[in-house]
Amino acid sequence: MVTPVSPKLFKLPDVGEGLTEAEIVKWHVQPGDTVEVNQTIVEIETAKAIVELPCPFEGVVAELLVTEGQTVDVGVPIIAVNTEAEGGVATPVSEPPAQSAAMREEGAPSANEPGMTSPDQPKRTPVLVGYGVREGTTRRRPRKASNGAAAVPAPAPAPPQAPAPPVRPHPVENGLPLAKPPVRKMAKDLGVDLTAITGSGPNGSITRDDVLAAQAGPAAQAPPVAAAEREERIAVKGVRKATATAMSGSAFTAPHVTEFLQVDVTRTMEAVARLRDLPDFAGVKVSPLLLVARALLTAVARHPMVNSTWADGPSGAEIVVKRYVNLGIAAATERGLIVPKIKDAQDMSLPALARALTELTEKARAGKASPADLSDGTITITNVGVFGVDTGTPILTPGEAAILAFGQIRDMPWVHEGELAIRKVTTLALSFDHRIVDGELGSRVLRDVGDMLEDPLRMLAWS
Amino acid sequence: MTIDSVRGAPGASELAEPELIRLLTPEGERVEHPDYPLELSTAEVRGLYRDLVIVRRIDREAVALTRQGELGLWASLLGQEAAQIGSGRALTEHDMVFPTYREHGVAWCRDVPPLNLLGLFRGVNHGGWDPAEHGFHLYTVVIGSQTLHATGYAMGVQRDGVLGTPSAGATIAYFGDGATSQGDVNEAFVFASVFNAPIVFFCQNNQWAISEPLEKQTRIPLYKRAQGYGFPGLRVDGNDVFACLAVTRKALENARTGQGPTLIEAFTYRMGAHTTTDDPTRYRLKAEEEAWKLKDPIERVKAYLVRNDLADTAFLDDVEAEAKQVAKELREGCLALPDPAPLSMFEHVYAEEHPLMTEEQEQFAAYLASFEEEVTS
Repeated sequence: MVTPVSPKLFKLPDVGEGLTEAEIVKWHVQPGDTVEVNQTIVEIETAKAIVELPCPFEGVVAELLVTEGQTVDVGVPIIAVNTEAEGGVATPVSEPPAQSAAMREEGAPSANEPGMTSPDQPKRTPVLVGYGVREGTTRRRPRKASNGAAAVPAPAPAPPQAPAPPVRPHPVENGLPLAKPPVRKMAKDLGVDLTAITGSGPNGSITRDDVLAAQAGPAAQAPPVAAAEREERIAVKGVRKATATAMSGSAFTAPHVTEFLQVDVTRTMEAVARLRDLPDFAGVKVSPLLLVARALLTAVARHPMVNSTWADGPSGAEIVVKRYVNLGIAAATERGLIVPKIKDAQDMSLPALARALTELTEKARAGKASPADLSDGTITITNVGVFGVDTGTPILTPGEAAILAFGQIRDMPWVHEGELAIRKVTTLALSFDHRIVDGELGSRVLRDVGDMLEDPLRMLAWS
Repeated sequence: MTIDSVRGAPGASELAEPELIRLLTPEGERVEHPDYPLELSTAEVRGLYRDLVIVRRIDREAVALTRQGELGLWASLLGQEAAQIGSGRALTEHDMVFPTYREHGVAWCRDVPPLNLLGLFRGVNHGGWDPAEHGFHLYTVVIGSQTLHATGYAMGVQRDGVLGTPSAGATIAYFGDGATSQGDVNEAFVFASVFNAPIVFFCQNNQWAISEPLEKQTRIPLYKRAQGYGFPGLRVDGNDVFACLAVTRKALENARTGQGPTLIEAFTYRMGAHTTTDDPTRYRLKAEEEAWKLKDPIERVKAYLVRNDLADTAFLDDVEAEAKQVAKELREGCLALPDPAPLSMFEHVYAEEHPLMTEEQEQFAAYLASFEEEVTS
């Protein structure tokens, strides 16, 4: 019979000058894995940084005491490692893991330490200022066995979850459920009632995941397992449905023509870098997309016809030329493709345009764009470069006459001032409704945008 | 030169493509420089390689110990090994070093036990080595102030009247690119210059002052600043241990023989975070780190050794094993470092007894004793 070995516990260290907690981002090891000293075992995120923690022991992982996504106080044991040679026998330390471990380590006072008393009465620890600190006042005070529910072994944990610290049944104090401010904010934004949730975090606090699970509802928590696993059927609804309708509608009504142009955007990139340093752009994202947007707006001002729509009215077909530009920016979101519009973009200063661009795309990504944000566009830019491709044939947003695709920017061999040089090069693609825009006009618009990106000074000259 | 020619933002090329003094290319090829001839025996080159590998290993262990909660903080030297070992091995017996808190490689060259460095970052002592014995002052955490201490020390050596004799010692002050914006450093430059102090200012330009890039510190290459104060400045490839050795040797010799101060800008890169509490991914691009990785200070020495048949696998493995052993002992030593007794803080304040402090010591002893009473009551 093998004597059970007592595993060594690694407590969450303070990795940054006075931090009190960290979130477990990702475990790199699992129970049963052999670990070496300084092997990376876990990634944690503190208020300052994401850092990898190296293992202080050599041995076999007995147990992970905290789960990914959990926020853990500094000093709480996070992993148990059997360090002896025969330590393959994983001895569970938990139930409840953190607290019981803390008790074993801290509950037995050693006689030679000043200020130590028996664990049954509050003790003081000397500090440099004031008359000591009563341990009972600290948050990490080990709970005593006589102290009720907390030290009672937790019920068997739910199957898919690793053991978590015991959860107090009613984490509601003063009528307020325990949750951190960002979690409260998220619950408010999502319309989730915190009092209806049982928290799974430390001390029964409500975590981000708890809120998300509550929002998804009971159905989402227990997804039905489809019988036919070789195929997956996804109901077409929401954004996907709207996209599909718009795209096929557009493709079958407006005859599309697409033209392509490769452009040396080295100077645009330099301009972007210099704009970033200007105080006017403090706090906003300055990307090449901003200058592409500016260039397109300038080109529209020179060629208003591309900013128009085909209207089949009762008295016959008309072309409606817009004197305003509601610039659509196609954004990939978790919910699918969304095209928020920057309203009256033609009048905006560059910093204002940058701000609008940042805010609107962020809003769209967060799923908060209002219907008004998404409608009444007049022309669109799709930034396919962010996906790492050179170009595509963009399909018109219904009711618009042109759409510009902006591909990735990459280092390419390029003839520059008569010599071969490595330059930043991108590909532009302009699709237009051939009922309104002829090849000549389309080419001019594309050439104008290209010229302005090759030499951003032209934007000044032409606007 | 006209006013217009120095006005305006620095050309990126001027800051980034320096006229480096270099004796060993990133590919490990030996090149000659007319002003800095360097003859090294095989044993010496192997010795430098060993130093580089061991200090990197010590550094890595200290970072890991910090991540495990055993040290409160650590300032990693990763990437700057050649600048420190090259300059550190140029020092001789009577020289005196005034370091920042990152000179672990120089400390190694001055035989300061690595465990002493860890004691400071573990918060159990103030370093505890004897600066006079090692010719290596205690770490200075305040940015740049050690350059003034060093200048004062160098002016003292000057006044001892030993310059030009065999017992002459030069002083070397270490600091970073960020420190060059500090008043202290500029004051030190002025004093060193006008008094012709026997000092070497060794600036490890690692491109980043925490999150502040070099172009926010200066519009001209840092080494050119020396000209304005009236002493020579030069820029060396800080990832080239040979060049750092040769250049520092010459500058120290100039100081010892009364030729005055020199500013050495070792052009290098901080591969890691500023300290363990910093996250460089928030302010700099991975691409920049990747580019500097190709200029690694250790790889080029290794390539040089192997290419010229100066070392075989057995040697490289031995160094690796030795480094591992140093790290193991360091870890064990660190974990065994005793916490100081609270009353020990009174021990090294004054050389002789001081009535007020004795009184405070007694009060504090009584305060500690009150906890014992609480136990018995």
